[in-house]
Amino acid sequence: MSSAENFRIQQQPFYQPQGDEVALYEAAYAARLPVMLKGPTGCGKSRFVEFMAWKLGKPLISVACNEDMTAADLVGRYLLDAGGTRWQDGPLTQAARLGAICYLDEIVEARQDTLVVIHPLTDHRRTLPLDKKGELISAHPDFQLVISYNPGYQSLMKDLKQSTKQRFAAFLFDYPDADTETAIVAAEAGVNPEIARKLVDVAHAGRRLKGHGLDEGISTRLIVYAALLIRQGIAPAAACRMAMVHPITDDSDVSDTLDHAIDMIFA
Amino acid sequence: MAVPGIRQVADARRRLMANPESQAAWAVLDCGFAAVADVFDECYAAAKRHIAAAEITDTLEAARVIGKLGRGAEPLLAFLEHWPDVVRVTGLAQSAILPPVMAAIRALQKSPNAPAVTPLLQTLGAVAARLRSAEAVQHYLDLVLDLAARTAGSIHGFQITQPSPSLPDFLREAPRLMGVVSLAGLRRWINDGIRLYAHHPEQQRAYFSLASPDSRAFLQREREGTLFVDVERRLSLTLSALWQDDAMLVPYSTAFAETRLQPYMAADGLRLPDALADLHGVSGLSRYRAMLAHLAGHRRWSQPLIADNWSPMQRMAVEFLEDARIDMLLIRRFPGLRPVLLALHPAPREDACDPEKESTLRHRLARLSRACLDPAHGYRDALVKEFAIRFQDALSEGEGSTRAMAELGLAYVTLSRRPSDQFAKVHFTDTEVDYRDDNRHLWTFIEAGDEEELFEPPPSETADEPLGLPPRHYPEWDLATSDYRPDWTAVYEALHPAGRAADIDRLLDKHALIARRLKRLLDLLKPQERVRLRYQENGSELDLDLAVRALVDWRAGHLPDQRIQISHRTDGRDISVLLLIDLSQSLNATLPGSGQRILDTAREAVALLAWAIDQLGDACAIAGFHSNTRHEVRYHHIKGFSEPWDDPVKARLAAVEAGWSTRMGAAMRHAGALLSARRSEKRILLVLTDGEPSDIDVTAPDYLIADTRKAVEELSTQGITSYCLSLDPKADAYVGDIFGKHWQVLDRIERLPEQLPMVYLNLTR
Repeated sequence: MSSAENFRIQQQPFYQPQGDEVALYEAAYAARLPVMLKGPTGCGKSRFVEFMAWKLGKPLISVACNEDMTAADLVGRYLLDAGGTRWQDGPLTQAARLGAICYLDEIVEARQDTLVVIHPLTDHRRTLPLDKKGELISAHPDFQLVISYNPGYQSLMKDLKQSTKQRFAAFLFDYPDADTETAIVAAEAGVNPEIARKLVDVAHAGRRLKGHGLDEGISTRLIVYAALLIRQGIAPAAACRMAMVHPITDDSDVSDTLDHAIDMIFA
Repeated sequence: MAVPGIRQVADARRRLMANPESQAAWAVLDCGFAAVADVFDECYAAAKRHIAAAEITDTLEAARVIGKLGRGAEPLLAFLEHWPDVVRVTGLAQSAILPPVMAAIRALQKSPNAPAVTPLLQTLGAVAARLRSAEAVQHYLDLVLDLAARTAGSIHGFQITQPSPSLPDFLREAPRLMGVVSLAGLRRWINDGIRLYAHHPEQQRAYFSLASPDSRAFLQREREGTLFVDVERRLSLTLSALWQDDAMLVPYSTAFAETRLQPYMAADGLRLPDALADLHGVSGLSRYRAMLAHLAGHRRWSQPLIADNWSPMQRMAVEFLEDARIDMLLIRRFPGLRPVLLALHPAPREDACDPEKESTLRHRLARLSRACLDPAHGYRDALVKEFAIRFQDALSEGEGSTRAMAELGLAYVTLSRRPSDQFAKVHFTDTEVDYRDDNRHLWTFIEAGDEEELFEPPPSETADEPLGLPPRHYPEWDLATSDYRPDWTAVYEALHPAGRAADIDRLLDKHALIARRLKRLLDLLKPQERVRLRYQENGSELDLDLAVRALVDWRAGHLPDQRIQISHRTDGRDISVLLLIDLSQSLNATLPGSGQRILDTAREAVALLAWAIDQLGDACAIAGFHSNTRHEVRYHHIKGFSEPWDDPVKARLAAVEAGWSTRMGAAMRHAGALLSARRSEKRILLVLTDGEPSDIDVTAPDYLIADTRKAVEELSTQGITSYCLSLDPKADAYVGDIFGKHWQVLDRIERLPEQLPMVYLNLTR
């Protein structure tokens, strides 16, 4: 049986608050409200959850959702054993028993009918019925459910049901402003602020092309990657191309424009 | 002895020239034209300056021949006036270029095109500036002779008797043409013109005098360097990525403009030249981007000034300094621009001009501007140095301002003032900065100009302008040259007028029997999306419920079910289909026996098909087309993808009428543009036609067939499948050439209503 200790965050993750989100989250946790994090990819949603779990001293169980995920993958299932069958808790059940924060990442990737299993945990009942096993779990008092999704790039087919949406308090994330982002890149990758600033400039140029051939802007995560490459001794322009241009586009006009921007900024 | 009433005409041969040498040359010329005698001295002096002394005899001999062509004084005047220039600008020995020119003149002289000798000689000087080798001169003359021979007419095909209608026009435009295209490009442009308009003298003249839009479009294609249209998207992406500016970019023509235009800002967007060649090692695209950056810099940092109290020179100084400020800020923001801007910015030499003889203000300002941008300018002029430092000081903290630059500029004009500044002769060399705009946005005027009478333009009578969208232009494939004719067809898309929807319902009732049969088939085909297949012995994963149940059975001593796997099958239909109906005149023919027109039968068939597709749930659009020459291809919108199959659509289908011809390629390209916007997995263009592509302005038999085949290829590269349903029993001869294997001939037209939906179902099963 796994214990809560396995899921505790040992070291403080680096997180640079952009506003009052830490205080807001603490209030939401105190009231045990389910929380939804919305925002573009790579802007720090998952890092924020890790940071809060560390700050609150609670275990964190993360699940990356995907289309083939079934309710049993979340709740648990019977497995065949040498002597017969054995029940195996799923991550959601485990979190409810241990009193962990359960983080469902990219929740819209999961099928909508799968997500209905979280409903009883997210309202006043705070219970999880295991129909296969015939058990009704009352969630541990520390248990909290957090989901994240990116409203931007997914297709129209993938959206949350109203009945699911209306069970959460929501945080809206976006890329931080230029100064904050520079500080983040400098701290996370250990490059000097001048280089970080230029990388952020390139990313801003890319973000303005969203909708003109880019589905999604250049994320903070990619800027950090570029900075890490620079720390490895790669030339800044090459690092930018490798980490910030080529991953996000196949459109030659767009990549040419970004190349130009890089040349203009790193001269 | 003078006879009263008769004017004494002196023989020009006896005219006295300025010096004995000139006199001897005049004697060699043996020329009786007084007009020539008037200018001979000057011309001879010019010839002696530019032509080697040993070769001047040849020049005179050539002149003598030209004078005796029997075409009056004009050719000889043109020769004497322009030939020394030709030798000078080509920088070649006369012996290398005179023989081919004389050969060309003799060839023209022997043909009906002899009058073209004069314009040939008149423009040769301007053309020669672009011809830097004897071969190039030879090629140019060959082009001229070729054009002359191919456009000259013959009455019975034996002997050329009619002069070329377009040769003089071409020769007049030759300098301008050579300015924008290479010889090879010029050859292709000439070939296009001859091929298209060999039999239309009027259109031929319009083409070769650059008056027709086609001629300009073809020429534009031959331009060298970077074309605006090719990089437009990159430029607007650059503008929004680097400058957060979404201004429109509009090209202006550089090939046909009378004066040299600079980029400028207009109310409806930023204007840039339509083509840019490489310059000083900077690529055309980089030059475009430098222009864009400069314009964007003005939009961000410049404030307009009131111009009324300043002289043009003061304004010029302010503009130079304000431009330098913008460039400085640009470089500060994007250091990568520095090498580009410095490469493009002229670096005028200090001693390039004489301030006693010409106005050097422009030159001084260009030097100052250079000094402001380039710390390694190396100028010794103390004033320039001082102002460069003052400029840097003004920008050392923050962005400076247009006003501060204006003060600096005015001070510089005052302090560096010279009496020659008012001279009409201005030193222009090395003073124009390629990427800068004309600064029209920098000035506002409080007082209106002197032209007080502002005319209201007379109310134009445009009331009867046809309603509808502006035409979309598509290229057309030319089989003869294996190249596209640019923007060749104009496709007008319009909503088809409506008739009575009840007619269609009546038609559907008439075919109720077929409809019932179809319905049964349709139900079988209806999409099921992703289907889960349970109880499989071999599947992609274990069905846990069944597995556990089987295990429990086994433990309990029963025979377990072995089919405990599960697998999935996708069974969706994601199809967009556009049905394109040929509405040409031939559809009005009546079917033998029934007395019904083909059109009516087709209408029934289309109604049934549309109903069937609607039942299936596929996205379907319907359109009709016909054409009346390339200038008018009509594309009738009957049903759009998102419109349901209801009364407005039925009403439009009921009103469909036939007429005109079948320019299929243009209509297919337009339909393809609509289809390619669909996101479906399968996109189908279904063409229903009753004959081969044809139009009244096309005589070559295979031209439109080749074009349609090209259109099919284009569509297939976009992932659109074209399929042709032909009602022409003789279609086998050509339809395979166009559609490859994607075609079917429905030869029993009366059964079309039954067949068409079945064909569709079979195609998409």
